[in-house]
Amino acid sequence: MIPANFTYHKATSVKDAIALSQTHGEEAKYMSGGHSLLPMMKLRFATPEHIIDISKIEGLSYIKEEGDLLKIGALTTQTEMEHSALIRENYPIFSDAIKLTADPSVRNVGTIGGNIAHGDAANDQPALMLAMRATVIAEGTDGQKSIPIDEFFHGFYMTALEPSDVLVEIQVPKTKKGSGGAYHKVERKVGDYATAGVAVHVELDDSGVCREIGIGLTNVSAVPMRLDRGEELLRGKKITDDLIEQVGTMAGEDCEPSSDLRGSEAYKRSIVNTITKRMLNKALERAQQ
Amino acid sequence: MKHEITVTINGESVTAEVDSRLLLVHFIRENLDLTGTHIGCDTSNCGACTILLDGKSVKSCTYLAVRADGAEITTIEGVAAEGTNHPLQQAFHDQHGLHCGFCTPGMIMRSLDLLKNNPDPSEEEIRWGISGNLCRCTGYNNIVKSVQQAAKEMQNQSETV
Repeated sequence: MIPANFTYHKATSVKDAIALSQTHGEEAKYMSGGHSLLPMMKLRFATPEHIIDISKIEGLSYIKEEGDLLKIGALTTQTEMEHSALIRENYPIFSDAIKLTADPSVRNVGTIGGNIAHGDAANDQPALMLAMRATVIAEGTDGQKSIPIDEFFHGFYMTALEPSDVLVEIQVPKTKKGSGGAYHKVERKVGDYATAGVAVHVELDDSGVCREIGIGLTNVSAVPMRLDRGEELLRGKKITDDLIEQVGTMAGEDCEPSSDLRGSEAYKRSIVNTITKRMLNKALERAQQ
Repeated sequence: MKHEITVTINGESVTAEVDSRLLLVHFIRENLDLTGTHIGCDTSNCGACTILLDGKSVKSCTYLAVRADGAEITTIEGVAAEGTNHPLQQAFHDQHGLHCGFCTPGMIMRSLDLLKNNPDPSEEEIRWGISGNLCRCTGYNNIVKSVQQAAKEMQNQSETV
């Protein structure tokens, strides 16, 4: 399968990319790893007239802690995240997810920024970002802006990014004593999109009371979904087995899956219920270490 | 629109004019006549088209040739000198790591990346490591054995050098 004709442009800087996008307007698409966009182009689900290759821009591939934040450059590949000692030791939620995302060769090319900017609720990173309450940094014609993750996902493949905006960085709270996260998804086979997935990030105070909690769901709604009701129930309380059971039930009720080749709606609700409980327990365990 | 690209392929520099939409696997097979790299699923699932791009395994059916400008590419034809076998090729032969052979070039290119990052992988690490490469014949057991044999052999070689 060969994509429809398009014109290729290589951007040498973020400013260059924005200028190219301004010139070619709505018919231009940015490509980073291209492992979501190019398959769509080969299937003719997407037929952009101009591809602006942002993957060669220098300085957008990094993983670093600064102040209270972990900062991830948008062009950091999934493999770079997987091999990072900092991520492995302090942010195991990423390791949980990346191991289950596609396969090693795809992860060599696919980027963290692209996984989010694509705006696909089937991708794994959006649920993690919701759980950790990430901030997306984008650069556009008016300079840089910060977009809270809750304002980022607008619809099916639609995000808060303007056509010329380049996602340049993702920021999540730095791991601290009493915080922990976990992610799991059920997949039909290794490397598949999630039948359903759940990300949990929890922050406990010294007495073990839940100060902040984030629960993000993968591929059970048109837009990456936050489990608001479950978070509200847990915030400010000591998390007990009984509360975990209740939140699992809420997750199964509140998610909006549709029946497809990956399973029936009822099956997916049941999976979300189970994984939510398991990930709450795993995140708590990690927070208490 | 045509673009001039220069790539180093199996140690040799090549300059060519390519269309924006030419896929790297077609460039390798049709422009360079290196047909050891196979096209299987053409959807980045099966891994038959795996090559090394700047040392990393990449599925060349899901990569634009134009984006490879300046890159160093290794295909199955470049893993060992003419008439000799790379330890991975020898191991696939010794351990019966192939039946029909269609997935083998991709398996070997992927395993090269795996063993570079993890010279002494466990069986589980090998299975995860080749999870993006499908084989419809072997049931994978002999492929895993092949990678294990190659890992040992390559470690021995690096110790004697």
